Amino acid sequence: MSDEGGPGTITVASRLAGFMRGGGVLIPLVTAFLAFLVGGLVVAAAGANPIDTYEAIFEGSGLNWLFPWVTGDDRTLAALNLQQTLILTTPLILTGLAVAFAFRAGLFNIGGQGQYLVGTFAAVYVGSSLEGTPAFLHVVLAIVAGSLAGALWAGIAGLLKATTGANEVVSTIMLNWTAVYLGSYLFTLGGPLHSDDPAAASIPVSPDIHESARLPVFWGDPELQGLHIGIFIALVAAILFWVLLNRSVTGYEVRAVGFNPDAAEYAGISAGRNYVKVMLICGLLAGLAGTLDVLGWQFRVATNDIQVSQTGYYGIAVALLGRNTAFGTVAAALLFGALLNGTSVRNLDPAVFDPQLATNLTWIIQGLIVLFVSAPVLITYLSPGRLRRRFRRRPAEARAG
Amino acid sequence: MSTTRDAPAATAAGMPPTRGSRLRARLARVSRAAWLGWAGVALGVLAFYITLPPLLLRTIVPSLVLAAAGIGLAVVALRAGEKRVGWGAVVACVAGAFGAYGAVRSGEANLERVVVWSALLAAALRYATPLTFAALGGVTSERSGVVNIGLEGMMLTGAFFGAWGADITSSWVGGVVIGLAAGAVMGLLHAVFSVTLRADQIVSGTAINFLALGITGFLFVKAYGTEGTPDDLPEIPNVELPIGWIPFIGEGLEQLNLLVWVSLICVAALSLFLFRTPRGLRLRSVGEHPLAADTAGISPIRLRYYAVTASGAFAALGGVFLSIGFVHSFSQNMTAGQGFIGLAAVIFGKWKPGGALAAALLFGFSSALAQRLPVFSPTGAVLFQALPYVLTLIALAGLVGRSRPPAADGIPYERH
Repeated sequence: MSDEGGPGTITVASRLAGFMRGGGVLIPLVTAFLAFLVGGLVVAAAGANPIDTYEAIFEGSGLNWLFPWVTGDDRTLAALNLQQTLILTTPLILTGLAVAFAFRAGLFNIGGQGQYLVGTFAAVYVGSSLEGTPAFLHVVLAIVAGSLAGALWAGIAGLLKATTGANEVVSTIMLNWTAVYLGSYLFTLGGPLHSDDPAAASIPVSPDIHESARLPVFWGDPELQGLHIGIFIALVAAILFWVLLNRSVTGYEVRAVGFNPDAAEYAGISAGRNYVKVMLICGLLAGLAGTLDVLGWQFRVATNDIQVSQTGYYGIAVALLGRNTAFGTVAAALLFGALLNGTSVRNLDPAVFDPQLATNLTWIIQGLIVLFVSAPVLITYLSPGRLRRRFRRRPAEARAG
Repeated sequence: MSTTRDAPAATAAGMPPTRGSRLRARLARVSRAAWLGWAGVALGVLAFYITLPPLLLRTIVPSLVLAAAGIGLAVVALRAGEKRVGWGAVVACVAGAFGAYGAVRSGEANLERVVVWSALLAAALRYATPLTFAALGGVTSERSGVVNIGLEGMMLTGAFFGAWGADITSSWVGGVVIGLAAGAVMGLLHAVFSVTLRADQIVSGTAINFLALGITGFLFVKAYGTEGTPDDLPEIPNVELPIGWIPFIGEGLEQLNLLVWVSLICVAALSLFLFRTPRGLRLRSVGEHPLAADTAGISPIRLRYYAVTASGAFAALGGVFLSIGFVHSFSQNMTAGQGFIGLAAVIFGKWKPGGALAAALLFGFSSALAQRLPVFSPTGAVLFQALPYVLTLIALAGLVGRSRPPAADGIPYERH
């Protein structure tokens, strides 16, 4: 994009800025629409009806609850489904914010998954010990532990970047896999945090957290995995994210480093110190995501879950589709939460579309969204108004250059 | 070989471009203090080595003496200002001493079972091969100025299409060809976005990874359902060499997969291509200063397309090896971050094929070791699997800071 500045500004953040400025809510919608369109072609190629499939996914997500004409049993079912969707949305908001915050500082945090995982480890440890702690205090302690664990895990990558210049993309990925094996070790049979419940003697799982560490359920039946209050914590985090980024000195410095680390350094903002600070905050958010999942509905961590969990990776697509803003991330998290819940084995009728295929379809749609977002030029070309303006500006620029 | 245009580059330092003199000139530049530092590193390694089979000393005293001597050398090096190698020697000696302590404390039988050098060598080479291919892909792409985070996805693509191709053509050659082609297509996709559309290369590379995960998973479920790939999948054959009699390495090398050797040949070939041919120079020039290359009549766009497509093919070959040369099946997301370790090998190896191979061997060795360590502690077995990842992290932190990527790496080129 020739209007984005010279060759000095090549950070992820500054290039994404083109996409951010690209125009309102329209472009993410176009991006998502295109991705779903191609996804529909994939469904059709697999021999299923794309419209039926998407309809089934939509109903499975429970979003039809929002329609007033859905009544009776349908409405009860939709409410149940929507609760599950929102349960999945909660951590996605936070892992999305964890990626978005790093992007704004010119860092690419692919380590959301590892930070999320260590968050679950710490939360399950605190939640399952300290028996007899008052409920509120126990929840707070577990949240603090989980968030701090995530922050420290991400802080490793930030510190390495600041002190040795180690690329955060590679280091966060390595931390992800380290976290996977660390967790597998902690909860494996005979591992240090393996459950002492005789019923779990042959299952690699953590002990259950105590009743006092569980988050209260405010919508639906707690026995049927109703919606816990974690979603409000995630929404508050999104608001704080906005305030921190747009209304604080820290946020200003973070954005300055993101746009141009050299210029920021020249203005007296230490890029290195900011890298550490940013990664700590990212890890805090992702660790909180893991904590809420444990305290809200999982109540334990099994090594199986550790291997298959992808919440942190989904955060990347959430952040990119949400254009790294607080509101956008929340909206994108809801979209992905709905997509994940709608394609889950429980909700998608195999007669319409094989849920196993649908899970992979989710990856394809995500990949397409990220791919389209990566090339701001592509999407801006697709909007006719901008296209005309660009072409009108081009010759003038050529003369100037 | 060199055309007249390249000759000045080869003799830039005013020396004739023969190999021996280049090496000698480079060695002459290493200061005496640095030599002492390296000797300290060697002593640290030796301290550990003497407690392992075949020497198997059962007392820690000699090791401690060696480690102390090594630290002494390290201090000398540090005082002379050789910080990196000095601290490296300190780390090596401390680690060597701890390793020796561990070895002395553990049973002889266990040590004999774990430390079988020939088997470790063979396993290290096997584990290193996918990483080497990925790293070669990374070197090719990044030397042309395109960051390729998508290596992981390209490798996964190669792994699936290699297995699928071998299955439908009932021949491993078919698997290799189809796997390579599929990887090249993914490379081409990355090229379209990163070169033509001037996408952010890290983001589009991540997209490639997601897409590859989705596409291979989708096709895998579609083609094989829950049963997985068939057991009679054609496999890439081993190369049997009559060299078992050579001491130390013979047994390790006598029976390795064909692709292991191919990977080693590719390292040499790519190294020659990049640093000894005009075309290689052109490729590197595009990665260092595309505008200058363009002015000289070399098209950065076209060369980057070639390089990124080739990069996908390289990474895919690593995946093909994984699925039909090593594991003999395909499972979803089976590459498990190996493409990223390959990427770390690129950085660790300073964007040179030979260096990348050395790094890949180091990571391969740690994987091989991780497979054998469970003898000591069954519960710790899972934790040992994190070793290659932790090692990558340490390598990144410790040694990478000073290595310099190609100047235009990651910057899209736009003609003015």
